[in-house]
Amino acid sequence: MATSADNSHAEGMASGREAAYSLPDAVGHFGPYGGMFVPETLMHPLDELKQAYERCKSDPEFLAELDADLRDYVGRPSPIYHAERWSREVGGAQIFLKREDLNHTGAHKVNNTIGQALLARRMGKTRIIAETGAGQHGVASATVAARLGLECIVYMGEVDVARQEANVYRMRLLGAEVVSVKSGSRTLKDALNEAMRDWVTNIDNTFYIIGTVAGPHPYPMMVRDFQAVIGREARAQMLERTGRLPDALVACVGGGSNAIGLFYPFIDDPDVAIYGVEAGGEGLQTGHHAAPLCAGKPGVLHGNRTYLMEDANGQIIETHSISAGLDYPGVGPEHAWLKDSKRAHYDSVTDDEALTAFHHLTRTEGIIPALESSHALAYAHKLAATMRKDQSILINLSGRGDKDMHTVARHDGLVL
Amino acid sequence: MSRIAKRFEQLKAQGRTALVPFVTAGDPEPTTTVPLMHAMVAAGADIIELGVPFSDPMADGPVIQRATERALAKGVRLADVLAMVRAFRAQDADTPVVLMGYLNPIEVMGYAAFSEQAREAGVDGALIVDVPPEEGHDLVATMKAQGLDLVYLLAPTSTQDRIARIGEVASGFVYYVSVKGVTGAANLDAGDVAEHVEAIRRTIPLPVGVGFGIKDPETAGKVSKVADAVIVGSAIVSRIEALADTPAEIPATIGDFLSSLRAAIDAD
Repeated sequence: MATSADNSHAEGMASGREAAYSLPDAVGHFGPYGGMFVPETLMHPLDELKQAYERCKSDPEFLAELDADLRDYVGRPSPIYHAERWSREVGGAQIFLKREDLNHTGAHKVNNTIGQALLARRMGKTRIIAETGAGQHGVASATVAARLGLECIVYMGEVDVARQEANVYRMRLLGAEVVSVKSGSRTLKDALNEAMRDWVTNIDNTFYIIGTVAGPHPYPMMVRDFQAVIGREARAQMLERTGRLPDALVACVGGGSNAIGLFYPFIDDPDVAIYGVEAGGEGLQTGHHAAPLCAGKPGVLHGNRTYLMEDANGQIIETHSISAGLDYPGVGPEHAWLKDSKRAHYDSVTDDEALTAFHHLTRTEGIIPALESSHALAYAHKLAATMRKDQSILINLSGRGDKDMHTVARHDGLVL
Repeated sequence: MSRIAKRFEQLKAQGRTALVPFVTAGDPEPTTTVPLMHAMVAAGADIIELGVPFSDPMADGPVIQRATERALAKGVRLADVLAMVRAFRAQDADTPVVLMGYLNPIEVMGYAAFSEQAREAGVDGALIVDVPPEEGHDLVATMKAQGLDLVYLLAPTSTQDRIARIGEVASGFVYYVSVKGVTGAANLDAGDVAEHVEAIRRTIPLPVGVGFGIKDPETAGKVSKVADAVIVGSAIVSRIEALADTPAEIPATIGDFLSSLRAAIDAD
C-alpha cells in the first residue's frame, strides 16, 4: 500500500534507491553544469549551508518534522487523478495528473519552502529572504515564515508586482515585506540579483530560500531533494493504480523545480520517457520566449553554469512568457545535464497553446490549472495522441490557476 | 615582471600606498572613458580598475548597477572595453589596467580569445567577481599563459583555508572587500579591516588592496595606513552619474576628487 510514510523524506533519503544516478558531485557539478559561481563573500556561507543541509538530510528528527509538516500542513500526499474524459477525447494514452495544485498555497513551491525554512531555523537564522516571479514562491515563503515566526522579505520585479497584484497582497497579509525591484528588466532575474545582494549584506542572520533548482550549489541539489517527494509519491501511486510505471512524464520547466521533483525518482527507470516543456512565448522563431534549453546556449548566471538566453556578447536578454513563473532566462543545471545526456527531452509550447490547454482542462475535467502547468498540459495533449490506449502519461499539475484569473481574462479582452 | 608588480614595487620603494579608482567603461558615454582614465592618472591614480558592463551585476550596489545600465544602453561590449584600453595604452605605457566584471561575457568571447585580445590591448589583469578559485581552473591557466594577473576578492567571511586557497592562484594583488555587502555599501570599520588585512598578509605574499565602502578622503586616509592599495569605486561613479548630462566636465571633477583622496593617503 502506498501511504505517505512509504514515500516520505525519511524513507526516500534513507532508502538509497536513487543511488545509481548520483549527481551532483561534491562541488555541485552536473557534468559541465552547476557549480558555485559567486562572489567570495558567499563562498563560506554556502559551505556552511551545505554542511547544515547534509546534517539535516541524515537526521531522522529533521526528516520526521519535515514529513509531518508536509502531511498536516501541506496536505500530502497529493493524489494522482486519472483525467478520463480528456484521455477518451484524445484517444491515445491514459493521462494522469499529479495534483500539486491541491497543496496548501496552491502549488508545489511549498514543498521546498517548508524544507528550507526548517533548515533556516536549525541554523539559527531569524530572517528569510526570497525572490519570486509569479509570486507563488513568495507566497509559499511568506506562509512558512508566518508559521515559524521568521521575518520575511520577498524581492519581486516591478513588472511582476504589477501583473501579480493578488499574490503581492497575499504576501503582505502574511506579514512579508515585498520589495519591488526596479533594476535591469524588473522581472524574476533581477529579483534574484537583488536577493543575492541582500544575502551578501545580511549573511549573519539571513537565510536565502531560493525557489527553484538554480543558483549556486547546494541549492539545485537541495531544492531537488525537497521537491523529489512529488516523484516518489507519484511513482508509488502509479504502481498502485496501474500496476506499472507511467510510459512518459511531462512537466513544465522555468527554473525547473516541479519538473525535477517529478523526474528525479524516475531517472534510473529507463523505460519511462521524460519530457520537459519550456515557455515558447510567441514562438521560438520570434525570439520572444523563455526557452533556454530549446533555443539558448550554455553560460554562467546566478551562481551556476547552465543554458541561458543571452545575446552575442554574453548579456542576458529579456524573456517573454504569458506565465510569470516560467519567465526566466536560465534553467536549473540538472536540466541542462539531462538534456545533454539525452535522459530527458525538452520542447516548448507557445502562449497560445498553453492558453488553449488551460481552457481545455478547465472545461473537460473541472480543474483550473496554473498557466505554468498549462504548458505541460498542452504538450501532453499532443504526446498522448501519438501513444496507445494501454500506455500512460503522468503530468505534474504543478499549480492551480486562481492566480492567473486576471491574466487570462485580460487575454480574452475582459477586465475583472 | 608584470606592470602591476612593478608598480607596487615602485610604490613600496617610495613608501606610498596605491590609489586605485574604479570606473565603469563607457559610462555615461563610450567617449568619456579614455580621457577620464588619463585625468585619473594625472590626479594620482596608480592602477585603474575598469568595469566591464554586464546585465546582471549581482555583487554591485545601486550606483554601479546604474552605471552598468547606462553603458549597456550605449551598446558597450567587452570588445569595446578592450578597444578603450588599447586607446589608453597609446599614450600611457606604465599605468596598470585591471578589468573587473563577471564571467559570462568572457565565456562567450572564449577564454583564449579574451586572454589574447586583453594582453594585446594592454590589459594587465582581471578580477572576475563570480569566479572563485574552485571554478576558475581553465580560465586561470589561459590568462596566466598570456601573462595576465588574476586578482581575487577576499571577504570578511573568508576562512583561513580560503585565504590560503586564493593565495595559490592570485597574482598582482588581492582585493579585500572591507564589508559584508555589495559595492558602495555601508561604512567600513577601520580597526576590523586592519585585523583582516594582517591575517591575509600572514598567508599571501602579495600586496593587499582594500575596497567597498571607501567614500571620502577621511576613510581613504585611514585605510591607507593598513593597506597597500586603496580602491574607490562607487564614490567616483556616483559623481560621474551626477554629471551624466554634461560628460565633458567629468574628467576634471573626478580628477579633483582623486586629488583629495591622494592628499589624504599621502598625509604623514
